[in-house]
Amino acid sequence: MFQNAKINEKIAFSLLRMAMGLVVLFVLVILYYIISNGYSVISLEFLTSMPAKRMTAGGIYPALVGTIYLIIGSMAFALPMGILAAVYLNEYAKPGKVTWLIEMAISNLAGTPSVVFGLFGLAMFVKYLGFGPSVLAASLTLALLILPVIIRASQEALITVPREYREASLALGVTKWQTIRRVVLPAAIPGMVTGAILSVGRVAGETAPILLTGAAYFLPRLPESAFSQFMALPYHLFVLATAGTNIAQTRPIQYGTALVLLIIVLGVNLFAIAIRNHYRKKMHR
Amino acid sequence: MFKRNGMEKGIESLLFISAVAAVLALFLLCIFLFRDGILLFRDYPLSSFLTEKSWYPTSINPRFGLLPLLLGSVIVTVGAIVFAVPLGIAAAIYISELASPRVADILKPFTEILAGIPSVVFGFFGLVVLVPYIQDAFDLRTGQIALTGSIILGIMALPTIISISEDAISSVPRSIKEGSLALGSTKWQTIHKVTVPAALSGISAAVMLGIGRAIGETMTVMMVTGNTAIIPGFPSGLFEPVRTMTATIALEMGEVPQGSDHFHALFAIGSVLFITTFIINIVAGHIKTRYKFKL
Amino acid sequence: MSDEFTNGTEIEVRGLNLWYGTNHALHDISIDIPKNSVTAFIGPSGCGKSTFLRCLNRMNDLIPGCRIEGKVNISSQDIYNKDVDVVDLRKKVGMVFQKPNPFPMSIHDNVAYGPRIHGAAKKEIGGIVEYALRSGALWDEVSGRLSTSALDLSGGQQQRLCIARTLAVKPEVILFDEPCSSLDPISTSKIEDLILELKKQYTIVIVTHNMQQAARISDHTAFFLLGDLIEFGRTEQIFESPQKKETEDYITGRFG
Ligand SMILES: Nc1ncnc2c1ncn2[C@@H]1O[C@H](COP(=O)(O)OP(=O)(O)O)[C@@H](O)[C@H]1O
Ligand SMILES: [Mg+2]
Repeated sequence: MFQNAKINEKIAFSLLRMAMGLVVLFVLVILYYIISNGYSVISLEFLTSMPAKRMTAGGIYPALVGTIYLIIGSMAFALPMGILAAVYLNEYAKPGKVTWLIEMAISNLAGTPSVVFGLFGLAMFVKYLGFGPSVLAASLTLALLILPVIIRASQEALITVPREYREASLALGVTKWQTIRRVVLPAAIPGMVTGAILSVGRVAGETAPILLTGAAYFLPRLPESAFSQFMALPYHLFVLATAGTNIAQTRPIQYGTALVLLIIVLGVNLFAIAIRNHYRKKMHR
Repeated sequence: MFKRNGMEKGIESLLFISAVAAVLALFLLCIFLFRDGILLFRDYPLSSFLTEKSWYPTSINPRFGLLPLLLGSVIVTVGAIVFAVPLGIAAAIYISELASPRVADILKPFTEILAGIPSVVFGFFGLVVLVPYIQDAFDLRTGQIALTGSIILGIMALPTIISISEDAISSVPRSIKEGSLALGSTKWQTIHKVTVPAALSGISAAVMLGIGRAIGETMTVMMVTGNTAIIPGFPSGLFEPVRTMTATIALEMGEVPQGSDHFHALFAIGSVLFITTFIINIVAGHIKTRYKFKL
Repeated sequence: MSDEFTNGTEIEVRGLNLWYGTNHALHDISIDIPKNSVTAFIGPSGCGKSTFLRCLNRMNDLIPGCRIEGKVNISSQDIYNKDVDVVDLRKKVGMVFQKPNPFPMSIHDNVAYGPRIHGAAKKEIGGIVEYALRSGALWDEVSGRLSTSALDLSGGQQQRLCIARTLAVKPEVILFDEPCSSLDPISTSKIEDLILELKKQYTIVIVTHNMQQAARISDHTAFFLLGDLIEFGRTEQIFESPQKKETEDYITGRFG
């Protein structure tokens, strides 16, 4: 019987190994396809020139710039808001109905599909507030989408600040806010930055919300103001891959665009991890 | 002293307002979503919306039947979960119980790469690689079918399932595992008789969140499932093109006149989607808090 | 009782009760703590020593569900009065914790932290830091590396840094909550010497589970048991001729 158990264990463990192997394989295959087909397309020229010949040639400049605008615009709203909200929840909030309500709202915002945010952005920012399909409407929509991510990351960063720091500061006759500003926030900043950077990747990659709030199929120029429509990388890729004038002919451009997106998102993730490790080392010296 | 207290209070209020903004955002989201959704039912009865079996939004006698889209979402999601849950849990067990800490430290961020890849890139990959492959493999007219969507969505749900399950499994106290091992159980017996059952509620929360992620995904399914709004058979529907709720909104919103019945119908679909994920979140949260108390 | 105190009473507690939620942790405590001397709180762990100590600078205000009744006067001022600003109170009543808790900043910035926030002029800071580090008996060891991280110091040095940090705010009372419990014997004796030095200028209250320590450094000793103040008196009297059976049992080692 013990022999049996041993054999079962062998079988089970090989299955587990295979499952893990399969997951790793998925990652490698996806990365391989995008990178091997995309890297020869990417050049400075590709990044800095306008699409040409009805998007069958040329570069992705306006889409790249549009995505950068969206990142800046949405972070400008979500970052301060998210950090302040996290400070409130971790340092001031007392357990009770209001706090429960806030926590519940954040969890549910985090789980709401991005296309629903798109609908909301369309109804509220584009129509009701009259921003029209625009960089502003899309940025605000994306800001709401990443707000829960930033709040959660900031809360996690605040939790890791030892209670002793707070007590030591308060016991010196320092006010609560000054304790937070001088001791708690400095210690939590690296973690908060990590969370913020991760949400940059999210903003760069989201398509459905901007599709409904102002992304343009094609624009031969950069957005002129916050109220202009814009091109963006993920939507550009979608358009070329599914609705372009000549899907097969633009395949290289599609791979190139996909790779640029991937580089932005994964690069940003690596950067975030590097920052976190750097500060972790510093703290544990 | 008064000035200092005033400032402290002022700052606390500012922080409070920022936190309450999340509630306000959710509240406004509901208002705007439901308001435009409910307007559909001025002209089109709610009962038809819920029971009508077809979605012909642009014909002269338009029909806005939820069922084909809802079931489209369901079949793609079920396919994804059937595929991703066992795989994800197995990988999570491997990472937390079998892999050496050094290997685990590499595998964790590696699987997280999947979470970072934008859904449009997954959709693109599905379209250019998986769709032709599936078409050939099953000898079909088209590879843009529910199954293709399920596979890609499953891959996308993997990082959520793996990381939360892994957390749950690693947080099972060592003493419990050692207790089992000390009784002469093999490592595998300990894993599937003791460790995994102890982590079960955490794992269920992971599955719920994976479902939430899959059902709300838009771009991927839109690019690989063919987008035909017919009620899918089960399980034969897996091999036919389907249309999900999310894809419908994204596909059609660009072409509808604002304020038309069709426009409002899309908001009604969005409301159904929102309510569905809302319930999933609540359940997942509930499971998660329960398991926290238990350990 | 206060007539016995040569320097007068600094802290006067009357009928203090404290609840953590429904847990009645301190029962009707009344005590007079003399000025410019060392008062030790002893008793088995969990008897409420830290809790009582934290009542004296209102650190318990931070604990949700904690409720306090009774009166605490420090320098004849009722510290639980509505008009009292906790922040000012804590400036006057400093605290050193069980585990050294320097901030993740340089040695200099740790000591300068309080004075800076309390508005000391830039040019005064250097002097205050040196004064505090000297009074904290740390100056000779760190004067050459004030800008290095405080986290690089040894545990004993960190604790003296925390004391210096407290002194830099110029308090009148210093509360110590088992300041030596995580330190080696050599560091412990340095801190004990320091406390004996400090009592010339400050009123000191120290919680300790180490009876020898209480006997070595304190002038008065209070014995707590299960949330009650059992006995309070001159240290020699508590140790040599305790009045209460419980005190005697504890002193002679019949409690853990
Ligand atoms: N933050 C707290 N919340 C609830 N109960 C507490 C808290 N701190 C201490 N207690 C309880 O109060 C009692 C006294 O604890 P404490 O003052 O820490 O004792 P001592 O310092 O003498 O070891 C104990 O029963 C302890 O469980
Ligand atoms: Mg204690």
